Amino acid sequence: MAAADVGGRGSRGHPRSHVLAVQVGTFAVIWAAWEALSRSGWLFEGVVPSSLAVFPAIFAHLIDPLFWDHFGRTAYEVVAGFAIGSGVGVALGLMLGLRRFMAAVIEPYVNYLAATPKIIFLPIMMVMFGVGAGSKVAMAAISAFFPVAVSVYRGTLLVNPVLVRVARSFKASQWTIVKSVYLPSLVPPLLTGLRLGLGVAIVGTLLAEIKLANKGLGYVVIQHYNFFRTADMYAVLIIIFVIAVGINTLMDRLAHRFAHKV
Amino acid sequence: MKLATIVGLAGVAALTVLLEFAIGAGWISPFLIAPPSQIGVELVDLWHEERLVEALLMTFGSTLASTGIGVLIGVPVGYLLHRFSLLAAAYETWIAGLFSAPLILLYPLFLVLFGRGVMTIIVISAILATIPIVLNTMQAFGQVRTVHLNVARAFKLTPMQTFWKVLLPAALPTIFTGIRLGLIYSMISVVAIEYLVVLGGLGSLVSDLYDRYNIPGMYAAILAVIAVTVLFFKLATEVERWLRPM
Repeated sequence: MAAADVGGRGSRGHPRSHVLAVQVGTFAVIWAAWEALSRSGWLFEGVVPSSLAVFPAIFAHLIDPLFWDHFGRTAYEVVAGFAIGSGVGVALGLMLGLRRFMAAVIEPYVNYLAATPKIIFLPIMMVMFGVGAGSKVAMAAISAFFPVAVSVYRGTLLVNPVLVRVARSFKASQWTIVKSVYLPSLVPPLLTGLRLGLGVAIVGTLLAEIKLANKGLGYVVIQHYNFFRTADMYAVLIIIFVIAVGINTLMDRLAHRFAHKV
Repeated sequence: MKLATIVGLAGVAALTVLLEFAIGAGWISPFLIAPPSQIGVELVDLWHEERLVEALLMTFGSTLASTGIGVLIGVPVGYLLHRFSLLAAAYETWIAGLFSAPLILLYPLFLVLFGRGVMTIIVISAILATIPIVLNTMQAFGQVRTVHLNVARAFKLTPMQTFWKVLLPAALPTIFTGIRLGLIYSMISVVAIEYLVVLGGLGSLVSDLYDRYNIPGMYAAILAVIAVTVLFFKLATEVERWLRPM
């Protein structure tokens, strides 16, 4: 939502070069402050490692096949969970959109559970699907489900009722109405829901791996933490951040492209 | 009460009875889902042992403290970004990026910096609460109608008067949308970190009961987390509705 606003506003009437100067300046100040802090001796040794230690650590991880093994596990959990959660989310969102009374009954519960911290359901998932990959897939699925279901349902509320009535008066079947009237106007909210859903699925999976796992990027982070390899921990966190923000930006671009087409 | 609400509550009640029956009949293992009756007993026990009360107070306290810090930092920062549009042009994309970034994953880093204590929970939750508050505050001041500002000028209000009597009241409803988001974000982050690091509070209670394999107790504590979420959600929605008609 927030990222979408940004594109249109541009640089608010300021010359690009000024904006860039402020950005580069800020970046330099933050970097200098980081380096100063790491050398100041105010904190315990190694708490804030120098960027000179962190950047080689990033590189070392990227060429380590074992790291990509962990990455593969996390990617599998996220993708499998996201596919299940968003699939069920689309189905429920559509169903609530078509059955208004059912929506009035269920919507408050969906809203409450959507705001509940999903990680709290991890112990239930571990009881049901074990402590391995199964519970992480379930975590990703639960996390992705809510934003997708809510976005699709809210999207159906915005569909022009005249179009639905026209389709009805032509005696279109329920399926035809969904396919030809609802789905085309649901593409933008669906893409927004998928973007949010994928984002929280990534976080949910990583947090579950941090809590209890023997493989995956979350496990790598917490292992580095437990053995106080802070430079390595920063490195993995930076890699995760770049991937997560990259995926989010990509999905946002995709959503914008479709929003303009429809 | 509306019909839909009654049907919803009846559905929850029916589901509870059905679960109790299915578990009693042996269709569902009680080690997967605890019978609702046992969850109820555990809920009462946890309340009497005062662990639940203590955990609730801690989670409430951390959430309110971090949201409070979020407001104290976020609103002034949002206003400054509105006043100095060069800064807004430079930082808005960054802040929006942080809004969608998985910041909570940085918690091990904050554990290293601030130690294994409540301090860490409050610092990271306050950061998560601040971001939507900054973005909404900036938007709120940007949306104030020029007509209102012209009236203020016509009455020769001082800049201070203009701020307190015109700008702030006009911006308040949108700012509160940010505060509502901030409250929910900080609650999610507080419970999640409590659960992950086991530092006290409701999240730790859930983790602790799972570790001791007290399945009914674990479900009871999870229900308590959901209850707290509903409470915060309702509270925020009510306050927002009360602010809106201005």
